[in-house]
Amino acid sequence: MTAAVGAAPGAVLHGVGVGRRTAVGPVVQVRPAPAPAADAPLLVDGAPAGPEQVRAAVGQAFTDVADALQAQSDRSSGTVKEVLAATAQMAADPALRTGVLARLDAGEPPVAAIDAVVDKFAAMFEQAGGYLAERVTDLRSVRDRVVARAMGLPAPGVPELTRPSVVVARDLAPADTAALDLANVLAIVTELGGPTGHTAIIAGQLGLPCLVRVTGATDLPEGVEVAVDSATSTVTVDPDDELRAALARRAATERVFEEDTAPGATADGHPVQLLANIGTAEDAQRVAPQPVQGVGLFRTEVLFLERSTAPTRKEQAETYAVVLRALGERKVVVRTLDAGADKPLTFATQPDEENPALGVRGYRQVRTHPELLDTQLAALADAQRETGTTPWVMAPMIATVDEAREFAARARAAGVATVGVMVEVPSAALRAEQLLAEVDFVSLGTNDLAQYTMATDRLRGELADLLDPWQPAVLDLVAVTARAGVTLGKPVGVCGESAADPLMALVLVGLGVTSLSMSAGAVAAVRYAVRHHTLERCREMAAAALAARSAEEGRAAVVGLLVDEVRATLG
Amino acid sequence: MAERTVTVASRVGLHARPAMLFTQAVAAGGTPVTIATEGGLPVDASSILLVMSLGVPCGAQVILAAEGPKADEVLDGLVDLLSRDLDAPEATS
Repeated sequence: MTAAVGAAPGAVLHGVGVGRRTAVGPVVQVRPAPAPAADAPLLVDGAPAGPEQVRAAVGQAFTDVADALQAQSDRSSGTVKEVLAATAQMAADPALRTGVLARLDAGEPPVAAIDAVVDKFAAMFEQAGGYLAERVTDLRSVRDRVVARAMGLPAPGVPELTRPSVVVARDLAPADTAALDLANVLAIVTELGGPTGHTAIIAGQLGLPCLVRVTGATDLPEGVEVAVDSATSTVTVDPDDELRAALARRAATERVFEEDTAPGATADGHPVQLLANIGTAEDAQRVAPQPVQGVGLFRTEVLFLERSTAPTRKEQAETYAVVLRALGERKVVVRTLDAGADKPLTFATQPDEENPALGVRGYRQVRTHPELLDTQLAALADAQRETGTTPWVMAPMIATVDEAREFAARARAAGVATVGVMVEVPSAALRAEQLLAEVDFVSLGTNDLAQYTMATDRLRGELADLLDPWQPAVLDLVAVTARAGVTLGKPVGVCGESAADPLMALVLVGLGVTSLSMSAGAVAAVRYAVRHHTLERCREMAAAALAARSAEEGRAAVVGLLVDEVRATLG
Repeated sequence: MAERTVTVASRVGLHARPAMLFTQAVAAGGTPVTIATEGGLPVDASSILLVMSLGVPCGAQVILAAEGPKADEVLDGLVDLLSRDLDAPEATS
């Protein structure tokens, strides 16, 4: 056990930081599933209950959990509403309840009876795979809630936050993250998860300090003050005045960054567009007042993931028009549906893929569901016409020149004026010049490019070092792509999370990348870094990063080339 | 005992939203109904867990059975429901 270490004042826990922000506040632990012994007695007024009382209490627990989930669903919207409604229906399921009651009647203790029936369904679902296998998480969450309710234990999950707090969890499910009261969240710390996982991306979008892969985080005592520092990837228990003061100075520096709102450019005036990544029309409205030059990645799949049927052309056109209108004259790059892999759609995902990241995802869905892409392109053309703007439209997961040509033909036939493709697959990067000859621009998705170059699953947190965007092999592919853009005089953007790292941003500029798109919260620090270095210095940094033998060596070489002021604040 | 054999029209099969709509309709009908795949054991058609566990794909046949005064009426309604694509946009409320 590391509990003693976790509680010691000044003790430091290490993890992987997301972004650069810091926060100091009390720990609130997201409560784990209750773990009473399988034969633990159900107590009524402190005494073990009789068979009839047990039967009534367990039955009531199912009813209470189903009602509570349904009530929570009624108060929610979008994905959360649907997830909670489906979970409520499971809690109310007659087969689940009668199965458990039958085992109670046969004399089994309550926890063992509930686990046996849940395990039976979970095994069936897991064996079926695909959509059903994913429902096992919901089934287990019903189990945890019913056991807690029946045994009189606190309900598992995200507790109600009564003051600004640092939320600590083993891992946060999407529904947990969505249920957080953001006004009272200072930072998020998890023991599992990876830097490009769901929690990290949401935290980045909200500008919250976030650390993942923090060993020992769940042993932190409830209420203890901790200092969370994303830049140094540390959590310090009960920080002393010196550390608090240092973090306050850092926060002040961040505020200075944020005061500079000029368009992105190097110290010698070479322009670099600084753009924001968004997923919804609400995101567009939130970033529009901020000093960004537009949107470099509009992830349209959010519109599709929230539902069980594809949105109609009219619905899509309305959403796209809201986004385009919010940004006005500014650039908006729309990515067509990128579903599959870790983002399955109920109505289009391949049921039996053993290796979905390498399967029918992104643009490849045109092979099985061409109507999805055609409807989307038509809707984008409608929104373009209606708003009088010119969105840039690009397809994800392009692997060949033929795919790029076909996508461009489809998009132009639909009436889309500016067409591009994403470079996420190594084959696309290696053939970037031919690819770029077919389209108006390309955008590098560095998260997936790293995943496919390094043969490393983005969702495997313990392999995060292999996914480091500083891996020289990944940078080689970025360099090939950027060079093709320079040769053909066409824009090459980066819209992966690596654009949000100010040091990496300098390398990307040096490689010839023309725009950087990131979480809106990361723009200020990137702008600060870019404006303090000349294009020539950025090129030196790019050469140093490419010449390095490892990710660490590359990053260290670039830190050595920073101007002093920037090294003091960012290095 | 009334029985009906019907082909599942929903594109995703009897999963997800179609399974939810179907089991809700069974529960709302008030008459106990069972569902079985061809040659399989009948299960409680109001249980979303059991219905999804059948793993019925699009185009497969299922056998619905019920007893009681309203059995025929209830089964006809359910046959009508399963014959539609419950995943199509027009089925969205």
